Amino acid sequence: MTVPGSGPSTEAPQGSTPVIELRGVSHRFVSSQSESVHALDNISMAIARHEFVALVGPSGCGKSTLLRLVAGLIRPTVGSVEICGQRVLEPRDEIGIVFQRPTLLPWLNVLDNVIFPIRHKHGAVDAASRQRARELLQLVHLADFADKKPDELSGGMQQRVAIARSLLHDPEILLMDEPFSALDALTRDAMSFELLRICRQRPKTVAFVTHSIPEALLLADRVIVMSPRPGCIREIVQVPLSRPRTLQTMLDPAFNETASHIRETIFGDMVMA
Amino acid sequence: MKLRAISARPSSATWSWPDARAAWRRVRNVAPPVATLTALIVIWEAACRIFPIPPYVLPPPSAVFSSGANVPAMLWLGHVAATLEVVIIGFAASILVAVPLAMLLSASKLLSRSIFPVLVIVQSTPIVAIAPIIVVTLGTGILARIVIAFAIGFMPLVISTATGLQATPLELIELSRSLRARRIREYLQIRLPFAVPYIFSGLKVTMTLCVIGAVVSEFVAADKGLGYFILMSTSYFKVAQAFSALAVLVATSLLLFQLICALQRGLFPWSLPKYPPA
Repeated sequence: MTVPGSGPSTEAPQGSTPVIELRGVSHRFVSSQSESVHALDNISMAIARHEFVALVGPSGCGKSTLLRLVAGLIRPTVGSVEICGQRVLEPRDEIGIVFQRPTLLPWLNVLDNVIFPIRHKHGAVDAASRQRARELLQLVHLADFADKKPDELSGGMQQRVAIARSLLHDPEILLMDEPFSALDALTRDAMSFELLRICRQRPKTVAFVTHSIPEALLLADRVIVMSPRPGCIREIVQVPLSRPRTLQTMLDPAFNETASHIRETIFGDMVMA
Repeated sequence: MKLRAISARPSSATWSWPDARAAWRRVRNVAPPVATLTALIVIWEAACRIFPIPPYVLPPPSAVFSSGANVPAMLWLGHVAATLEVVIIGFAASILVAVPLAMLLSASKLLSRSIFPVLVIVQSTPIVAIAPIIVVTLGTGILARIVIAFAIGFMPLVISTATGLQATPLELIELSRSLRARRIREYLQIRLPFAVPYIFSGLKVTMTLCVIGAVVSEFVAADKGLGYFILMSTSYFKVAQAFSALAVLVATSLLLFQLICALQRGLFPWSLPKYPPA
């Protein structure tokens, strides 16, 4: 597990090869109103193995675009995205994605939803994958719900199924695009601790997009603060909180200090804009 | 009591409150339309008896019923079967053409741009007007009738299926892309199932339109079928008989419609709205 360092740095923690690396990445696309949108401008960053990085910033700062670039779903207009030293030209097997909405398939039961990626990719499901899916359901505490349909589950439970689904092929990297933002505040906190527990049991390199500064601080080793139009990195904040993170973490003075520092960085921006 | 009588299902020996409630709900759903329909028929019957309306202008419901009952059952069956044959084959052809066509339209922008205008032109053409032309081209056999039923019915299914295929959550398409799954699986395992509710609402419209198409085709060229029977009845001024044929036609159409609803309930229960309107 990565031990957070002390001062803020713009590079990945030293001594480890970055799993994800972006070099001078800019992205433009043509919107549905046929305007040219400059989504990202000259982004350079590196994420180390098993590091948890949160991307925070106001709407429209290109956080989701950044995740899609890393996922290989879109290509950067300028610059390069690399995973484990290899340039990303198409989606790669090392990646699992969790979206804002659970987007489960309503006609499949929970277990089949977790297995779905294998069935979708290979056409058939082997016994080992089925067994893995059951283990993952245990990991997200939903073993008893394997035969239920998604609409019989609460929003938080559905999102846990989506997390299990993203872990099925044991990806090295987990990309999470505001995974808890559709949940109520209490469920949201519970899910954060759930995710911390999952990451302790199965260490992953995580890029986590969120609007919530406390959520970012609770989860991440580093927080990348972004500003909009065009999306660029304002600041990279090293989170000065020890692990394991608990409810007490949020009472740590450093938690509030860092939170208000990030808030100032973001809102100082918005006042000027 | 009324409640008890309705809730007593043959399979359940015990009688419980949920049963009675469900039965009551059913009564509440069914009673208003039945009452309205009965009232309309009573008013119609009364109007025909009170005012001097000639029966060849508007026959009373009782006359419609008795003239319908006078037609031999085998004759009814023959006409219903002839119309059903055209409707069902036209309907099947609509599905076989519309669903793959909608898949093509949603898969490729180029295809969509080149084919869609043609489809709009076809849809804007009053098929009723070209029905005689189709008969000249294809003859007076069943093929012409099927083509007319198909031509009137298939377009709504194309549009609703294409809409459904586009309505899939973007995230699932991205999930599919991130897995580098084959494109055909994206359609078979994600897009088509998600389009099921849309496809079924299209199927309901298409079925109704196929019935209209079949009847129109029978007006133009047929020697059997309910449309033909209505035409023959009116040309002999057997207006009551024409009305009874119309009633049979409506019943057939409603039955087919309900069949599609039942099919959706049976095969794709998850595609139904979670909370049906009260």
